[in-house]
Amino acid sequence: MTSLSPVNPDPAAPAVPGPAPEPGRDRPLSRRNLIQTLVGGYLPLLIATLVVFLPPLWMVLSSFKQSGEIVTTDLKILPESLNLDNYRTAMTTVPFAQFFLNSTIVTLAGATIKVILAILTAYALVFVRFPFRNFIFVLILVALMVPPQVSILPNFILIAGIGGKNTLWGIILPGLGTAFGTFLLRQHFRTLPNSILESAEMDGAGHWRRLWQIVVPVSVPSIATVALVTIVTEWNDYIWPLIITDRPETMTLPVGLTLLQNSESNAAGWGVLMAGAVLVIVPILIIFAALQRYIVAGLTQGSVTG
Amino acid sequence: MALPNLVLIAVFTYRPLLSNMYYSTLDWTLGSPTATVVGLDNYVTFFSSNDAPKVLGTTAVFTLVTVGGSMVLGLLVALALNAKVRGTTFARSAVFAPYVLSGVGVGLVWLFIFDPGYGVLAWLLRGLGQQSPQWINDPQLSLVMVILVYVWKNLGYCAVVYLAGLQSLPKEVMEAASLDGANGFRRFMAISLPLLSPTTFFLLITTMLSSLQAFDLIRIMTPLGSGTSTLIYEAYLQAFGAYNRAGYSAAISVVLFAILLVITVLQLRFVERKVHYS
Repeated sequence: MTSLSPVNPDPAAPAVPGPAPEPGRDRPLSRRNLIQTLVGGYLPLLIATLVVFLPPLWMVLSSFKQSGEIVTTDLKILPESLNLDNYRTAMTTVPFAQFFLNSTIVTLAGATIKVILAILTAYALVFVRFPFRNFIFVLILVALMVPPQVSILPNFILIAGIGGKNTLWGIILPGLGTAFGTFLLRQHFRTLPNSILESAEMDGAGHWRRLWQIVVPVSVPSIATVALVTIVTEWNDYIWPLIITDRPETMTLPVGLTLLQNSESNAAGWGVLMAGAVLVIVPILIIFAALQRYIVAGLTQGSVTG
Repeated sequence: MALPNLVLIAVFTYRPLLSNMYYSTLDWTLGSPTATVVGLDNYVTFFSSNDAPKVLGTTAVFTLVTVGGSMVLGLLVALALNAKVRGTTFARSAVFAPYVLSGVGVGLVWLFIFDPGYGVLAWLLRGLGQQSPQWINDPQLSLVMVILVYVWKNLGYCAVVYLAGLQSLPKEVMEAASLDGANGFRRFMAISLPLLSPTTFFLLITTMLSSLQAFDLIRIMTPLGSGTSTLIYEAYLQAFGAYNRAGYSAAISVVLFAILLVITVLQLRFVERKVHYS
C-alpha cells in the first residue's frame, strides 16, 4: 500500500488509494482533489477492470484471426476481418452443435430438478414437523462441505455399473441432490412471517397449496438466485462429465472443448480453440451480465452472516 | 417431500465417502473384475514413496499461494471498489465475472497467452529482449502458471466479499478515527483490518476449501500433471489417467477428505467462538 503524501499532506484526508474521501471534507473542484480522485479512485478501478477484461477480449479477437495472423512473431491486435472460419473448423472438427445441445439439456434438466428438490426440502425443514428434523438439517449442512471431487470414483463405479456411462442421465443424476439450494432457501423461508401461513392454514389449505400458492410466490428472488447459481455450475461442470463420457455424442461443452484441444495441438489451432472457448464462455457471460445481482448474491451468500 | 433429495445426498455424497475407505484397502485395477484386499498397503505406498512429499508439497504450495494471493489482491481490489467514484458498480460485476466462467474455457485462453511461441506474454518478453520460458514443460513454471490463472479467476470473489465487509463497517468508528488524526493507512491497519477479521476468516476457509478442490484449470492447462499434481489431481490421474489404480486413487481421496474435514471442524469451532473484535 503506497501513501500518497506528496499530493496529500493533510493527515485527516485518506491517503490510501481505495477508501473514499469523506463527503463534505473536500472542496469538490480543487486541483488536489481532482488528482486524488483520479489516482486514488479511478486508476485502481481501471487497472482492475482491464486485468479482468483483456484476456476474454483477446479470446474474442483471436477467434476471428486466420492462422497466418496467429503464427507470427509480429503481434497483431485486431483481426484483419471478422472471419468465421475458426468457428466453422471448430464445429466440423468435433460435433460442437451436439455438445451445445447436450450442455443445454443437462443444465436445464439438472437445474430444474435441483431447484424443485431444494424448494421441497427447504419447505419441509421449515414448515413441516417431523422427527429428527434438526439432525437431517445438520446432515445436509455437512453434505455442503463434502466436495464432489472426492466422490467421483465411487460414483463412477456405481453409474457405470447401472449403464449410465455415455448417457445424459448418467451425467445429471449424481449431482441432483442439492445441499446448497436447500440451505439457501431454508434460510430465506425462515424469515417469512408466520401470519401469512397461519391464515392459509385456517382456510384449510394443505402443505402443498401453502407451498405453491404462498411460499413460492413470495420467494421468487431467492428461488431465482438458487436457479441461476445452479445453472452456472451445471453449465461449467467438468470433472464428472469428463469421467462419465468418452464418446462425443454425449459430451458436454467443457468436455468437448478438451476433445478439440487434443485435435488442435499445433500453434495454428489457437484460433480454432479460441472460437471453441467463446462458445463455452459467452452464454454464461450473457446470463451473468443480465442477472449478475442474483448470481453475485447467491455465490457470496453466508459471507455477511458468517 | 424432503425424501428424494435426502436419498440422492445419501447415495451420491455420503455413500462415496464410505466406498472410498473400502476401495482404499484394495489392490484393484479400475475395470478389472477382481481385487485383492491389501489392508493399509495403499497408504503405506503413498506415504513411503516419493509421491507423498511431492504431491503434498504441491498441494500446500498451490493452496497457500492461491489463498494468500486471491485474498490480498481481493482486499486491494475491494478498497478500490469502495471508492466513492462513478463506475464502481460496473467494475464490481466485471471483476467478479471470471469467477463464474468455465474453468476449461478460461484455462485455454490463458494457455494461449502463455504460449512460448505465439502468446502475448512471449511477445511482451521479446519486447524486453527476453526469451519466453517453457511454461508447460517445466514443472515449477507450470505450477506458477496455474497459480497465476487461478488467482485471476478467483480474486473477484474475495473482492466482492471484502467489499461487503468494508461497507458494513460502523461509520461512527471510522469518522472518530479520522477526527483523531489517524491517516488512511493507519486507520486501515488499526481499525478496518481488525474489524474485517470475521470476513477474513470466512474467506480463508472458503478459499482454502475451493483451492484444495481445484481441478478444471489444472486439468486443461497441464494434462499430464507432474509439477501441478495436487492431491485431487493425483487422485484423478491415478484412477482415470494411464494407470487405472482405483485402490491407490481412493486412498489419496481419503487423505484429501481428511484434510478437508480438519479444516471444516476448525471452522466450526472458530465460528462458535466468534472471531470478533469486540
